[in-house]
Amino acid sequence: MKILIPGIAGATGRIVAMRLLEAGHEIVGFDRRSWPDAPDGVEMHRGDIRSRPAEDLFRTHQPEAVVHMATVTHLVARSEDRYRINLGGTRAVFEHSRRYGVKHVIFVGRHTYYGAGPESPLYHTEDEPPMAVTSFPELSDLVAADLYAGSALWRMPDMTTTVLRMVYTLGPTGHGTLASFLRGPRVPTILGFDPLYQFMHETDVARAIEAVLRVRVRGVYNVAGPPPVPLAQLVRATGRSTLPMPDFAFRYALGRFGMPRLPAAALNHVKYPVVIDDRAFRRATGYQHEVTEDQAMREYREAFPVLES
Amino acid sequence: MGSPLVSREVERRIEELEIPWGPFGVDPYGVSKKHLAVGFSMVEPLYRHYFSVKVLGADNVPPRGRGMLVGNHSGGIAIDGAMVIASMFFAKNPPRLAQGMVEKFMNRMPFASMLTGKLGQFTGLPEHCIRLLEDERLLMVFPEGARGTAKLYRERYNLVRFGTGFVRLAMRTRTPIIPFAFLGGGAAVPTIHNAVALGRMLGAPYVPITPYGLPVPLPVKLEVEYGEPMMFHGTGAEADTVIEGYVEQVRTSIAGMIERGRVRRESFADQTLKQFRAGSASR
Repeated sequence: MKILIPGIAGATGRIVAMRLLEAGHEIVGFDRRSWPDAPDGVEMHRGDIRSRPAEDLFRTHQPEAVVHMATVTHLVARSEDRYRINLGGTRAVFEHSRRYGVKHVIFVGRHTYYGAGPESPLYHTEDEPPMAVTSFPELSDLVAADLYAGSALWRMPDMTTTVLRMVYTLGPTGHGTLASFLRGPRVPTILGFDPLYQFMHETDVARAIEAVLRVRVRGVYNVAGPPPVPLAQLVRATGRSTLPMPDFAFRYALGRFGMPRLPAAALNHVKYPVVIDDRAFRRATGYQHEVTEDQAMREYREAFPVLES
Repeated sequence: MGSPLVSREVERRIEELEIPWGPFGVDPYGVSKKHLAVGFSMVEPLYRHYFSVKVLGADNVPPRGRGMLVGNHSGGIAIDGAMVIASMFFAKNPPRLAQGMVEKFMNRMPFASMLTGKLGQFTGLPEHCIRLLEDERLLMVFPEGARGTAKLYRERYNLVRFGTGFVRLAMRTRTPIIPFAFLGGGAAVPTIHNAVALGRMLGAPYVPITPYGLPVPLPVKLEVEYGEPMMFHGTGAEADTVIEGYVEQVRTSIAGMIERGRVRRESFADQTLKQFRAGSASR
């Protein structure tokens, strides 16, 4: 089948494209970034998803399925860009898809939708409201994109829509929120807190998307890999050490001393877990993760070793 | 393991727990084998010697599968919960991990938040309750809530109002309720006043004050009695009047065990006192 992948040039997008290509699909890629060594069989186009050339792509290629991976987080884009890309871009993907007869649209979203906080339960299910809007306002554009994509389920009933809420990725590409957080030799943590972190290997992301395309299931689904791991254990197993700081010191250090400039609300994600229940997804698609927590952490450690000084 | 902090028996009992440990000795909820081992080793001398806890009816608790331990609060700090958990671990063969529903303020406090979670004690949310029961765990519930821990010394054998949520959750998940009575906590922590302002400064609802100041528990003999399991059939969506009837049955069962325990304890105290007086009179 012919599949259009907006956001293909990201680390995960490439892995998804390669896997779908191997499975015999025809891939059309679209991204603002380039993918210079894209394999033959992937037809790359560059540009903004909200531009006229993007619409032309839908018109001329008439893809059967679209895997929408062109969303960004607060870590890589300023707020006005985020709203433009995440909401404007998602709207364009759905409207073009309806206009040009796409049968199946997959929105690849994030599990941080649920938010982290002291009163939030372990193992969120898909029917829960997005607490991230209040606890972490910088995530609100992604939450809005998730809900907007979900509204296609009733607004565009002739088209199959699947909204995926995926956990952090971890693996040898070193891309993603969690992988960036773990990059340095000493990982800042908050003294007296050790939340569970849930992550999946990049190849399992591709495996999950392939499963969705195969069964063409509609609805909103949590997608995860192996069981979650406590942060301190995750830091150790990736060859790093923790740098525990009291809450107020952590808050002060953000953006200083080489610490990332995170919004203060990000603190909740270092104190409290966001853990999701993905049983509904596994039942609906038959998906099973293949990479264990141990192996994902080992591959990350080997790809990004901490150099001894 | 083999840590100097961990007793041989605790180590053996931890291995007997039916919990699906992952590769790092952590279960899917973050309960940690290592933390349980150290925790139970620290509680063991308190359980066996300091409070010499007497356990009655431990066989009323199902050996495996879902169950809800429901009992009275006794003692202004969490020694009741800790000793009920210890009794399920030390007096039951094979042992079981009782998982309590913790007051929400605990999860905001550094260390308290981390340690409660690693010991399997999660914030009291209905979502946690349902999930743990559906996962065939043993839950520990105090339906008196914070109202119950605030009991003063003279109220130590009283029961305050019960919440009703626990019966609805038990019915919804088809879980047997095992009522229990906890005795002696009120004498171990003889509360004469609850300092609300001091508590607020520390991030807790209140701090119990004893005649000797701080709420350090005295070495009083404690007792836990487990009653016959009770099963209520339905969906859990029944009218309040129906649910309140079931709550009353559980409350009556607990009150009966407390009353029998009180008589037992008071007659024991009377006898000891008589013997003491007889002894001093003859001297």
